[in-house]
Amino acid sequence: MAESKKSGPEQELAQRTRRAFLTMGVAAAAGLAGWKWLRSRPEDSNLAGPFRSVLHVNEQVAEAYFDPHHLAPTFGAEDVEDLRVNGDVGLGDNFVPAQWHLDMQGLTGGETQRLTLADIQSLPRVEHRVQLKCIEGWSVVNQWAGARFSDFTQKFAPQSAKAKYVSMQTPDKEYFVGLDMPSALHPQTLLCYEMNGAPLKAENGAPLRLAIPVKYGIKNIKRIGTITYTGERPPDYWANDGYDWYAGL
Amino acid sequence: MNRLNYKHPLAIRWLHWISFPLLFLMIWSGLMIYWANSVYQIGWGENTLVNFFPDWFFNALKLPQRLAEGMALHFFFMWLFIVNGVIYVAYLALSGEWRQLVPDRNSLRYAVLVTLHDLHIRRGLPPQGKYNGAQRIAYTGIIAMGAASVITGLAIYKPTQVAWLTSLLGGYEWARWEHFWLMIGFVLFFVVHVVQVIAAGWNNFRSMVAGYELTPAEDASHGRE
Repeated sequence: MAESKKSGPEQELAQRTRRAFLTMGVAAAAGLAGWKWLRSRPEDSNLAGPFRSVLHVNEQVAEAYFDPHHLAPTFGAEDVEDLRVNGDVGLGDNFVPAQWHLDMQGLTGGETQRLTLADIQSLPRVEHRVQLKCIEGWSVVNQWAGARFSDFTQKFAPQSAKAKYVSMQTPDKEYFVGLDMPSALHPQTLLCYEMNGAPLKAENGAPLRLAIPVKYGIKNIKRIGTITYTGERPPDYWANDGYDWYAGL
Repeated sequence: MNRLNYKHPLAIRWLHWISFPLLFLMIWSGLMIYWANSVYQIGWGENTLVNFFPDWFFNALKLPQRLAEGMALHFFFMWLFIVNGVIYVAYLALSGEWRQLVPDRNSLRYAVLVTLHDLHIRRGLPPQGKYNGAQRIAYTGIIAMGAASVITGLAIYKPTQVAWLTSLLGGYEWARWEHFWLMIGFVLFFVVHVVQVIAAGWNNFRSMVAGYELTPAEDASHGRE
C-alpha cells in the first residue's frame, strides 16, 4: 500500500514508543539500583539495615493491634501430638536437674531472687491445648500445664510488671530470648512444668520452659535458668541471626 | 490508513509494570520461607505425583537457603505489594476502567469461544472490545487472587491476633496451604499471560508500554467500546 511509508500516526507512535521504552528502561534501572542499595546497607544483627527497620515498623503495627483478649485457639484432646524436638541449644549435657533453680532479677535491680520449682507450682495451675507454630512453617498441638507468667510476675516481682521487656536465658546462657512485656503477660503465656499430661522431659525443656502462643516456637525457651525484667530491649538468640526480634503471632 | 488508539492509561501501565517485580519478589521470598518446610505434594495414598519441591528445584533457582532473609524480604515488600494493589483497584473504580475489566453476563460464554479459538479448535472470535471475555475473567481473577493472598497471608502472619480470620480459612495449616496454591496460581497466570502476549504481537505489547496501539482506520469500531 502507498500509505506504508511513514505517515502521521506511525511517526507519532514511533516517537511515543521510543519515549515510553526509554522511561521504562530508566525506571527499571532505578528499581534495580534501589534493590542493590537496600541489600548493601550495613547489617544490623545479620540483616541489612532497611529490612531491620521495616521489621521494627511491623512490630509497632503489631503492638498497636495486640490485645490480651486476642486468644490463640484452643484444641481438643484428640488433636494433641508429639512435639517435634527441633533445637537443643542451651540444653547442654552437664546439667543436674536436682540442682536447678530459677534466678529472677526484678526491674529495680537489687538482690537476685532464687526460686524453686515448688515456688512456681504454688501458683495457680493452668492447663490448655494450643498450637505451637515453628518459624519454619510447621505446627503442632500440645497440652501445656504450668503457671501464668502474669501470676508469676504478680507474686514474685509485682514492681516489675511495668517493665517494657523481659529476658529469659538457659542456665548455661547459651540460649536466650527477649520478650515484650504485653506478650509475656498475655493470659496464655505459661511457665510450664508439664506437657501432654506428663512432667516435662529433658529434651522438651525440663524442669521449666516457656509456652507462649503469641510467639513463634523460637521464643518458647526451654530449661529457663534466669528471668530478668528490664527496660532495655534484651538480646535474642535468633534475632541475632537475622530473624525478626518480635516474632509475634 | 491507520490511526492511533489510546488503549492503556498511564496509571494502568505504571501499576501493571510495578506489580511485576513486586510479585516476583513476593514469590521469590515466599519460596525462601516455604523451603524451610516444603511439605506439599500432589498424590494419593502412598503415591506422590508432584512434590513441591525437590531440592534440585530450589537449587536450580539459585535460591539461598535462608529463612530469616526470606521473611525479612516478604514482610518488607508486602507493604509495597499492598499499596500498589490498593492504588490499582482504586484507580479502576474511580476512572471507570473497571467497566472494561470486570466480567459481564457475556464474558463466560465469550471466554469459552476465545479459548476454543486460541486452541485452534474453532475459527472466528466473539466481539473483543478492550478485553475479551477470557481476559476479563483472568484479569479480574488475578486482582481477586492478590486480595486473597493478602488475606491468607495475614492469617498465617498473625494467627493469634486475627484468630477469627485464620479459623474462617480453616485454621493455620489450611491458610498456609491456600497461600501456597495462590502462589502457584500466580505462576500459572504469568506463564499463560506471557504466551498470550507473545501470540498477540508487538502492537499489543507496545500499547502496555506506550499506551497507544495502531488500529486500521476503517475498522474504528474495534477500538474502545
